Amino acid sequence: MTALTPTENAPDDHGHSAPAKLGYSPVAEIPHRLRVTDTDPKAARRAERQVAAMFALSMFFVVLSVAAYVMIDKTTVVYIPVLGDVGASNVALGFTFGIAVLLIGTGAIQWAKKLMPDVEVVQERHDMVSEPQEDNLAVANYERGKDESGFARYKMIRRTLLGALAFFPIPLVVFLRDLWVTPSGENPTEILSNTLWAKGKRIISDGTYLAVRPEDLPVGGLVSALPEGLLEVQEEEHNLNARGKAAIILVRMDPDQIRSQQGEGWDYNGILAFSKICTHVGCPIALYEQRTHHLLCPCHQSTFDLADSGAVIYGPAARNMPQLPISVDEEGYLVAVEDFSEPVGPSFWERDRA
Amino acid sequence: MSATTDHPIEQVGGVTAKYVDQRLGSNKFLGRNLGKVFPDHWSFMLGEIALYSFIVVLLTGTFLTLFYDPSMVEVVYNGAYVPLKGVEMSQAYASTLDISFEVRGGLLIRQMHHWSALIFVAAIAVHMFRVFFTGAFRKPREFNWLVGVGLTALALGAGFTGYSLPDDLLSGTGLQIIRGILQSIPLVGTWSAFLMFGGEFPGTEIIPRLYAAHILLIPGLLLGLISAHLMMVWTQKHTQFPGPGRTNSNVVGYPLLPVYMAKAGGFFFIVFGIIALIGGLVTVNPIWIFGPYMPDQVSAGTQPDWYIGWLDGALRLMPNWESVIAGFTISWNVLIPSVIIPGILFTALAFYPFLEAWATGDKREHNLLERPRNAPVRTSIGVVAIVFYGILWIGGGNDIIATTFDLSFNALAWTLRVLLIAAPPIAFVVTKRICLGLQRKDREKLLHGYESGRVLRLPHGEFIEVHQPLNYKELAVISAKEDLPVLPAPVKTDSDGVRNPHYRVDQLRHKVSSFFLRDNIERPTDAEIEAGQAHAAHSAALEAPLNEYELQDEDPVGHGGVLHHPGMPLTNQEQIDQRQQ
Repeated sequence: MTALTPTENAPDDHGHSAPAKLGYSPVAEIPHRLRVTDTDPKAARRAERQVAAMFALSMFFVVLSVAAYVMIDKTTVVYIPVLGDVGASNVALGFTFGIAVLLIGTGAIQWAKKLMPDVEVVQERHDMVSEPQEDNLAVANYERGKDESGFARYKMIRRTLLGALAFFPIPLVVFLRDLWVTPSGENPTEILSNTLWAKGKRIISDGTYLAVRPEDLPVGGLVSALPEGLLEVQEEEHNLNARGKAAIILVRMDPDQIRSQQGEGWDYNGILAFSKICTHVGCPIALYEQRTHHLLCPCHQSTFDLADSGAVIYGPAARNMPQLPISVDEEGYLVAVEDFSEPVGPSFWERDRA
Repeated sequence: MSATTDHPIEQVGGVTAKYVDQRLGSNKFLGRNLGKVFPDHWSFMLGEIALYSFIVVLLTGTFLTLFYDPSMVEVVYNGAYVPLKGVEMSQAYASTLDISFEVRGGLLIRQMHHWSALIFVAAIAVHMFRVFFTGAFRKPREFNWLVGVGLTALALGAGFTGYSLPDDLLSGTGLQIIRGILQSIPLVGTWSAFLMFGGEFPGTEIIPRLYAAHILLIPGLLLGLISAHLMMVWTQKHTQFPGPGRTNSNVVGYPLLPVYMAKAGGFFFIVFGIIALIGGLVTVNPIWIFGPYMPDQVSAGTQPDWYIGWLDGALRLMPNWESVIAGFTISWNVLIPSVIIPGILFTALAFYPFLEAWATGDKREHNLLERPRNAPVRTSIGVVAIVFYGILWIGGGNDIIATTFDLSFNALAWTLRVLLIAAPPIAFVVTKRICLGLQRKDREKLLHGYESGRVLRLPHGEFIEVHQPLNYKELAVISAKEDLPVLPAPVKTDSDGVRNPHYRVDQLRHKVSSFFLRDNIERPTDAEIEAGQAHAAHSAALEAPLNEYELQDEDPVGHGGVLHHPGMPLTNQEQIDQRQQ
């Protein structure tokens, strides 16, 4: 035993001596079953070897890991049962490094369980509350500070200081105003209320970006579409904002099946255009069931009936999908008659003032 | 240094300790704390998992910052992942693809980061259950509970901001939903959304801004609060479960050095190693499949990370209410599920310890944990919260559940809506009944020992069932139960006819207190317990000659147990009485 743990008590029957005055007291009369490693030196040596083997294996796996890093090509794909086709490098690195780290942990735990004392010890707790003399000292220091600074006496200083402290964060908040600077002096309500659509603007299909003719769309069909010139606007603005508002879907149904529309004659021969942005929280919608004319949002399952003015028939959305009035131009391409008559997408505070 | 240690490593250790001590006085701290005792229980590991997974998050996250580029500038991808070659995407998405396909070990670190973040939040949640159901938040640990609630909120914030960074189709859709939620807030919502996104959605600002929050602001706050959390645990000493020799004023367990350090340190490596294995073997968030974000595209069956699922479920289950008041739009369908309900839940969580203390009038320090059955109302409230949360969570996957099990989608949603209202009260009643039943069982055991299941016929023909006395461990655990009286009803006017100015508050407090405490199966007195156990011992003794042989095999003493004195440990009430004397 080292002098660091002065022993007053004699070592007990399995060799653990009880350290004294180290902040906790050992429990003397514990009915305690000894472990094999406590009684059998062979078992103890075996445990020692196990722990050392785990630490040594850990080093070995680190070497393997570095070897895998250097030697396995990052694009190699291998088939591993259960996992399927996986990147060889990723699996090899994860496995070797994981095992290496894990072995350090299991080694340490094995060490603690087999070779370190398994006798619980007792330590006293103390209430959190301070002793009276500590209380008094704190109060005395506080009073002294109050007195010496004159915080209580100098009313004017106190009030102006509190005022100054209350004022000084104001710029820090005000400075946040320029998180958004509008270039054109528009306000959010105006921006949210206008899209790229305008009278005579051609409808182009998403993906091909070609103008759409009525005959391109069979009855029962659905096309995701955008306003003509969108790509140029995106190029110019360096963002996807215009796309996020102007995206529409075109659906064609038998004109007899259209029960209602948001405006008289807003369809063109059974072709209807609706905003693609859900009126709930703004997910794009394109799950369309042609037989029922239902449109389902994949995010929160709001369902709209496109044959009935895009009305909500189920789900958390509160508003119809806005309809875009369409027609054809003299060359026979589908065009918008005007912009949406209401803001598209999720509701907002000022929406009904727009 | 002692003369008996001559091993070179120990000498160096001693020299170093001296060198540091002369500069920091560190040996005072070490002397006090190297022998600090930590109680042992498997459930105390849960907080450790949270801490260790957080360390893994920090390590892997630092690696990712070396390669990730938080820019929304559009580039044309020309990297190693062939299916997306030539596709326009943001720099953020392209650099995430590069981390996954070009940087060796990059995918491993990215997946470890994601997995450890998921485990971090899960461990926090389960740790919080443990603390709640065992009453570990009671005095003096209320502040630490508050810090824990703050940590939970920050962990969710860290998860959300990180989830959005790859700028793939899934995370972008998540941001779109956040935009919708922000816009639903009355008065300031629209402007908040515009300020956050730097204009209209999606803009080009949001990813860099979330990045700053994700790698600086939130981890900084997390680190600060985690330090405070641990320092409080250190100063207040860990709570312990009742057991032989364990009292409210001691702590029984293993000393920091060496056992606790080896176990806790070893456990860190185990958590780390398992996360590395999962990161290598199990794919998480394969962003290359989803493609880059486009505000007019979405994929079906979108699912957020697990801890956001309940909020998504709330959004799905909410009826579609919206009203226009004085020309202003209020979207209750978004505001209630995504702002008001989480707001109420987190507020309730933060206030709970204070509410319970007010209701029970309990001002004592509690270092001994309470078994969930002995606080039936608390346990029931916890179960109610879990049931409520669970139903919302199921709601978050209702489309997947409906398609997987071929259920009617609408029927499922309506079932969940009804359950959301009906199930919590049922859960409350059932849980409380179970707790009280267990309390009755405990009382039986204290008064009569446990039923051995063996029926004896005595020489005079009487049949008895042999009751065995409890072993000292079980006796200590069960008899640690504390009974609290319901706070008395206040009087309206005292005997002099003076009106009680606090009457209404006190009356309310009496009612809440009665709600918490009125149904309680009283713990027998010590004398009753002693008599009961003695009686059981007597009945067992009758049988003793019959099964002497059997008993030889039984080990009456658990492994590594502690017993201060044979027989009964002091109950808390006895300790309080002792201290007051």
